[in-house]
Amino acid sequence: MAPRRTALFEQHGAAGGRLVDFAGWEMPQQYSSVKAEQRAVREGAGLFDVSHMGRFEVAGEGAASFLQTVVTNDVSRLEPNRSQYNLLCQEDGGILDDLVVYRTQRRWLVVVNASNREQDANWLKERAPAAVHLVDRSEELALLALQGPLAQEKLPAEGVDLDAIPYFGSAEGMVAGIRMLISRTGYTGEDGFELFAPAESVAEVWNALLERGAQPCGLACRDVCRLEAGLRLYGNDMDRTVNPYEAGLGWTVKLEKGEFIGRSALAAVKTRGPKRRTVGLRAGPRTIPRHGAQLTRAQEPIGEVTSGTHSFWLDAGIGLGLVRPDCAQPGSRLNFQSRGAEASAEVTPLPFYRGSAGKPPRNRAAETVTSDSTSK
Amino acid sequence: MAQRYYTETHEWIDLEGDIATIGITDFAQAQLGDVVFLELPPTGKALAKGDAFGVVESVKAASDLYAPVAGTVVEVNEALTDSPESVNQDPYGAGWLMRVRVEGDVGSGLLDEAGYKAVSEQAR
Repeated sequence: MAPRRTALFEQHGAAGGRLVDFAGWEMPQQYSSVKAEQRAVREGAGLFDVSHMGRFEVAGEGAASFLQTVVTNDVSRLEPNRSQYNLLCQEDGGILDDLVVYRTQRRWLVVVNASNREQDANWLKERAPAAVHLVDRSEELALLALQGPLAQEKLPAEGVDLDAIPYFGSAEGMVAGIRMLISRTGYTGEDGFELFAPAESVAEVWNALLERGAQPCGLACRDVCRLEAGLRLYGNDMDRTVNPYEAGLGWTVKLEKGEFIGRSALAAVKTRGPKRRTVGLRAGPRTIPRHGAQLTRAQEPIGEVTSGTHSFWLDAGIGLGLVRPDCAQPGSRLNFQSRGAEASAEVTPLPFYRGSAGKPPRNRAAETVTSDSTSK
Repeated sequence: MAQRYYTETHEWIDLEGDIATIGITDFAQAQLGDVVFLELPPTGKALAKGDAFGVVESVKAASDLYAPVAGTVVEVNEALTDSPESVNQDPYGAGWLMRVRVEGDVGSGLLDEAGYKAVSEQAR
């Protein structure tokens, strides 16, 4: 099957993007270099096309109470113009997807991973009561992410007070003269916005943001940024065989909210404790823990690397691993194979790097926000 | 003027007399993405044609490098330790990897520019 293209396919080519197949989509891997793009996200503003992700509207009478029965977090706590990180679990507590639920003034939207679009749509449709409809808005709504400490400065917004949008908040407004939902969310650890722009005019928005100095950024940069920020990637760090407590995402599971799919299995996991834990791994500057690599302690296998890359920002190999609980203590050293030799990594608190995300405006400048656990 | 050859494993060779300068092609660096570091052999090391002589590690993956010719390593590009990005930015210039004093027949199994273009287009 030919890979699918987003509404910005022409723009990616024009900006020098090198396109790769990602979950059935022809997406930019990088434009200039990962290092340069990442620097833009950490110090300025990077612009990502994330239109490959699925955007569904959950419509109809009872949409909110239906969502409450399929996701792990407590949707009833969501006020209009707020959004919430969430998990979709199967009956045994295994994670089907991670997603963000957005409540706007009038609608409920969910944004899911590209690789799980069809699966999630089917899962939700099969379980929705007759009055609730899942409407796929992915074709008509493009999705851009403008990320970085200068994101707000670079966003030509009108008719909306951006300062009044909190982290995980949203509002309707005009960007480059086009009306859209503007959400202060992202996947990089930096402050920034996700823009739900009409697909037919998203190219104008993209061009306007580039003109204001946003750097186009590809999937490779996105992966480095999310990993430095300690954010999980579905398919790497979690899948159906991993439950939220193992993934370190127990904070998204609200057992007390009432019945939802996976609740009893998750309650049991919470009581007995997870069999594995997700840890941050920090290696030396010349070794990279890679996805799938076995982790050992004293020659004994104790888990595996689920994600890994080189962090230019920290000049270190960094990764996430799923390990035996007794090996999850920060400061423990674990071993892995790197280029045929044994290398070691230290179990490190997450995130590796604390960016401007969630910070009040005056504290968003990059140089003021290194966390205790990182050194530059 | 050096004569340039290519391999199916995306190395290039500039041959001048019996000294071959070796690097990876523009296609290879683009596929790898940002190069993070390289492991290169010590000078004096004898290589047989096809030997894995080093590793290039990028943000995406670690990839073995294969000797396109037999010979002895006479020089490695030490500057890459501090600036591995030269492999991305200037793969045929500042991003060269090593120089080898060639032994035996060089040309067999190597590709000219047109031959390599066909190979890399097929891989695309």
